[in-house]
Amino acid sequence: MVPCALLALLRGEVLVNPGAFRLERPSFPLVVSTMIHSLFLINSSGDIFLEKHWKSVVSRSVCDYFFEAQERATEAENVPPVIPTPHHYLLSVYRHKIFFVAVIQTEVPPLFVIEFLHRVVDTFQDYFGVCSEPVIKDNVVVVYEVLEEMLDNGFPLATESNILKELIKPPTILRTVVNTITGSTNVGDQLPTGQLSVVPWRRTGVKYTNNEAYFDVIEEIDAIIDKSGSTITAEIQGVIDACVKLTGMPDLTLSFMNPRLLDDVSFHPCVRFKRWESERTLSFIPPDGNFRLLSYHVSAQNLVAIPVYVKHNISFRDSSSLGRFEITVGPKQTMGKTVEGVIVLSQMHRGVLNMSLTPSQGTHTFDPVTKMLSWDVGKINPQKLPSLKGTMSLQAGASKPDENPTVNLQFKIQQLAISGLKVNRLDMYGEKYKPFKGIKYMTKAGKFQVRT
Amino acid sequence: MQTDNLELKKLVYLYLMNYAKSQPDMAIMAVNTFVKDCEDPNPLIRALAVRTMGCIRVDKITEYLCEPLRKCLKDEDPYVRKTAAVCVAKLHDINAQLVEDQGFLDTLKDLISDSNPMVVANAVAALSEIAESHPSSNLLDLNPQSINKLLTALNECTEWGQIFILDCLANYTPKDDREAQSICERVTPRLSHANSAVVLSAVKVLMKFMEMLSKDLDYYGTLLKKLAPPLVTLLSAEPELQYVALRNINLIVQKRPEILKHEMKVFFVKYNDPIYVKLEKLDIMIRLASQANIAQVLAELKEYATEVDVDFVRKAVRAIGRCAIKVEQSAERCVSTLLDLIQTKVNYVVQEAIVVIKDIFRKYPNKYESVIATLCENLDSLDEPEARAAMIWIVGEYAERIDNADELLESFLEGFHDESTQVQLQLLTAIVKLFLKKPTETQELVQQVLSLATQDSDNPDLRDRGYIYWRLLSTDPVAAKEVVLAEKPLISEETDLIEPTLLDELICYIGTLASVYHKPPSAFVEGGRGVVHKSLPPRTASNESTESPETAPAGAPMGEQPDVIPTQGDLLGDLLNLDLGPPVSGPPLSTSSVQIGAVDLLGGGLDSLMGDDPEGIGDSNFGAPPAAAPARLGAPISSGLSDLFDLTSGVGTLSGSYVAPKAVWLPAMKAKGLEISGTFTRQVGSISMDLQLTNKALQVMTDFAIQFNRNSFGLAPAAPLQVHAPLSPNQTVEISLPLNTVGSVMKMDPLNNLQVAVKNNIDIFYFSTLYPLHILFVEDGKMDRQMFLATWKDIPNENEAQFQIRDCPLNAEAVSSRLQSSNIFTIAKRNVEGQDMLYQSLKLTNGIWVLAELRIQPGNTSFMDLELSLKCRAPEVSQHVYQAYETVLKN
Repeated sequence: MVPCALLALLRGEVLVNPGAFRLERPSFPLVVSTMIHSLFLINSSGDIFLEKHWKSVVSRSVCDYFFEAQERATEAENVPPVIPTPHHYLLSVYRHKIFFVAVIQTEVPPLFVIEFLHRVVDTFQDYFGVCSEPVIKDNVVVVYEVLEEMLDNGFPLATESNILKELIKPPTILRTVVNTITGSTNVGDQLPTGQLSVVPWRRTGVKYTNNEAYFDVIEEIDAIIDKSGSTITAEIQGVIDACVKLTGMPDLTLSFMNPRLLDDVSFHPCVRFKRWESERTLSFIPPDGNFRLLSYHVSAQNLVAIPVYVKHNISFRDSSSLGRFEITVGPKQTMGKTVEGVIVLSQMHRGVLNMSLTPSQGTHTFDPVTKMLSWDVGKINPQKLPSLKGTMSLQAGASKPDENPTVNLQFKIQQLAISGLKVNRLDMYGEKYKPFKGIKYMTKAGKFQVRT
Repeated sequence: MQTDNLELKKLVYLYLMNYAKSQPDMAIMAVNTFVKDCEDPNPLIRALAVRTMGCIRVDKITEYLCEPLRKCLKDEDPYVRKTAAVCVAKLHDINAQLVEDQGFLDTLKDLISDSNPMVVANAVAALSEIAESHPSSNLLDLNPQSINKLLTALNECTEWGQIFILDCLANYTPKDDREAQSICERVTPRLSHANSAVVLSAVKVLMKFMEMLSKDLDYYGTLLKKLAPPLVTLLSAEPELQYVALRNINLIVQKRPEILKHEMKVFFVKYNDPIYVKLEKLDIMIRLASQANIAQVLAELKEYATEVDVDFVRKAVRAIGRCAIKVEQSAERCVSTLLDLIQTKVNYVVQEAIVVIKDIFRKYPNKYESVIATLCENLDSLDEPEARAAMIWIVGEYAERIDNADELLESFLEGFHDESTQVQLQLLTAIVKLFLKKPTETQELVQQVLSLATQDSDNPDLRDRGYIYWRLLSTDPVAAKEVVLAEKPLISEETDLIEPTLLDELICYIGTLASVYHKPPSAFVEGGRGVVHKSLPPRTASNESTESPETAPAGAPMGEQPDVIPTQGDLLGDLLNLDLGPPVSGPPLSTSSVQIGAVDLLGGGLDSLMGDDPEGIGDSNFGAPPAAAPARLGAPISSGLSDLFDLTSGVGTLSGSYVAPKAVWLPAMKAKGLEISGTFTRQVGSISMDLQLTNKALQVMTDFAIQFNRNSFGLAPAAPLQVHAPLSPNQTVEISLPLNTVGSVMKMDPLNNLQVAVKNNIDIFYFSTLYPLHILFVEDGKMDRQMFLATWKDIPNENEAQFQIRDCPLNAEAVSSRLQSSNIFTIAKRNVEGQDMLYQSLKLTNGIWVLAELRIQPGNTSFMDLELSLKCRAPEVSQHVYQAYETVLKN
């Protein structure tokens, strides 16, 4: 049994009522030099709903500078990530509609801090499934425990989710019930044994009855297509995400049919770089569970196929307040695979009052307030191309817009890596059992924009 | 607390960390447990204990912490050592003295050679943090052995550790290019790391060490190629990371444009990029723009100019103008793009376009004037001062081609007082230009603007400019024409480049906040933590002797400089202040070009110099009604006042007076790359200013001119500043500028303050310096003995000032002769009670006599103490005369 006072500490005073707690501390230490001093979580309406200090407490008022910037920025995405204040710097990331604001006081690499913040968000997502304000508030104890373990005195300590999960167990419904009844906590009675090993990313003593290793090759196409349909820029951001549940200490080797595609790659720390340099194969002892094995970037223009095209005819007449709107989407270079999950989004001009459109398939909406047109197309049938036709009406007296809207496209293609990357084989060494292996390919639209 | 339940132990520790400060006495009671836990057989418990102890910021506890910490730093288990290393940094934060006294710093340094990479990384991190509060200490004293250890650890430690190690490596200066290359080879794999901070730190190390590699080396080319992909990859990360990356790429592109010259497309803006990313991308696009890709860039920019975000659109329009100026071949296309944009009639687009078109006219005169008509159509829609000023400039400049120029300008004149200063000044100049071009029909207009500017305005800038024009026009219209309609220097291509010296420093700070703000840390880091300036290492070949990369102290005597001439483009070269310029001699520049130089000073510079003191102008020669007094424009017009004293009087001076070493007067950072250092000399009756001009910018400097503001003794250049050849980058030239003392007089504070304006093709720069008074002591300053006595009595006693000069190494004889060489003459000598008394006189260029009584007392050592009494009718000079005595006697 854990004394109540301690639990209260973890659940209550420090967390929910930091104001009262702060009074006991001196307002400013004499000498401070720490990487990350404090962290504030702020929602989009400007409330600080969580704060964590790794050293002395920095007053909440430091966030006023952030709020100023937030007010100046028209949209949350536009808040600058580095904000100087007289005594501190505020570095922030915006994810899941939450600002994660780190306070630093000395010259530190900003990327270091920003990377760390993203890692914090990833960890929350990993722990709670989603990362949102209510979820963080519900799991406030775990959140504090995790933050305490991630950073020691401003230095990153354990940022690998494998190790963290060993130290602090993720909440499950059952465990929450048990904890409430028995008064125990999520603090694992384990110590981070993984930190002692030469493979700090993998915990020891992993055991599974079904041994399986799945790899997802996911490619996103970022492209800008101009009015006439020719490509201005196109590049592929690819990742290989893995879900590895293997007993013991497996040593895996993954080889590709066409490794030459990968000339710009970033690896998970587990990958042996020397082997890649010499043999172009990935050799690694995997972390346990989900992780990103590598990410890569293909930018050579001739390698990037554009799987869809958009035919458009958007025009306003000088005399009339009506305009014509027509969009058709069709497949090209899809290697015979179906394009699905197609969504067309377009930010219409401010002067557009309403639109009256008929889709040949799918559903569409136009929000007269935000002027956002959204058309959920679904699958593209090459025999019968989906189209959206109709008229738009301009506000009375509004002048004819000078430019046409940009069309944003989302789509998915299963079982295809658009760059042509193909895994050759996956071998396992170091363990005796036969694992179950699987590779999946998928292509998605990233920032895919068509100018009209 | 002494529980074996691990879960409980962790919670107790957590509680302690949070509440120890408020209840220190209670915390003390926990010390025993900590000490005990530090001996626990389980290494994880030992580490947990030492980690927690470090977080308890209670002074009393820290004393007890030392012993366990010492043990843990030498623990057999790497996990404990690694935790202990960070604990030293924590402890240092609480009590720095204690850490030093206990010798923890040495132990920490030993950990750099630890066998475990994590321990090495944490030791480096801890040392870096401690070093930050001790900038002078040599904590991270790196040598090839420790570098090797770091590089080995680099491959195996965590991503965060890699950042610490890479940042530490970046501070090392390899001894030759071979070592630099081998470090680069071992750092390159880090470019493939998933953590962008690791990538950028690696880029920093490579960028810095590349400086040492010879460009002919194959490896150099390979490295350049390897740097591009990771930088491009950074741009596909989250927007916050992109932003930091882009700010750094901006520096990299300026330093080594070749790395990303083929990657233009990745900087194309997506319409849903956050605005801070968009603006940065735009900036880099322009930097990368070249003849090869200009068509694409322009098409993109035109696309952006129709977007919704106003700030972004403005910057895009400006960017089009910058492209035109940068890539000559594209100018025509840019102009037509801008015209298209003007046709959209979107207010802010039109205004931006007009501002940039003005610059294009400056860059390519007499080429695109056909578009003026289109511009004039939009005159009414301009409501921003910058755009109005630009339009007025265009109208004035091309007045002869615009039929109704007078009407246009007149329409602006109606609301003259409501305009901003910028517009008023432009309007004044434009109308004067118009008058000079079409004198017959615009006489009334020019009268009107001159009276508006001079009589109704409170703005000294405007008033002075008005007076100067007025006087010019009324005394000599031909000269006025030459002055006002003079050919303007072309504007330079890249006005927004970062100063090369600053750029080099910033390259050393890639990945830090400094690189985000493009300012060196000294400019913004809190609390004057004595930031050490970093500089790029010099390029050396392995067989050459290494030179210290330290910057030569500013203003060091020239004689001490090593007599080596560095190759052009060597970065070290400009640090050594070497004189590469040809000796200055020969005929002065042709009159016309000199005049242009002088004119430009008048146009923008001199007014503001004079504008510093509006009253001073009011009561001196400008007080009279305009056009009454002859214009005195600082030219060498002889004035009767000082001819008397100016000539060499032939009193036997054996050598010239004392010359101070050159000091930096105008640092390169403040003058777009032009560094000026100098000193004053007086030799055989003539004063001169010895200048040393160094070009630290990227572009050639020409058209030098110099001007002094009025000063206490009327110092003025006696000849134009003669710089023969254009000053190419990294070149230094020494010039001796003769001075006279016939310029206009205005009392300065301090008395010997001299404000100088120097002009070149880039801009006008201002600085002020103090001249030593002894350069003004004339050669005929020896007073007759009788005269001396009479004068001494005549000057009232309250004008006498007493000064002490301590520890003078000279005796009376030597003092006397030393002073004589600086024109301080001994008239009589007496010995009173074993003390030598010297009676001396000197005369300043403006005829002021100073009389001195110098009492020489033997000091307690072989040095003398001098007591100086000065009498003068103008007692304010006494202080400066005393300083001159001291300077002359002690050097």
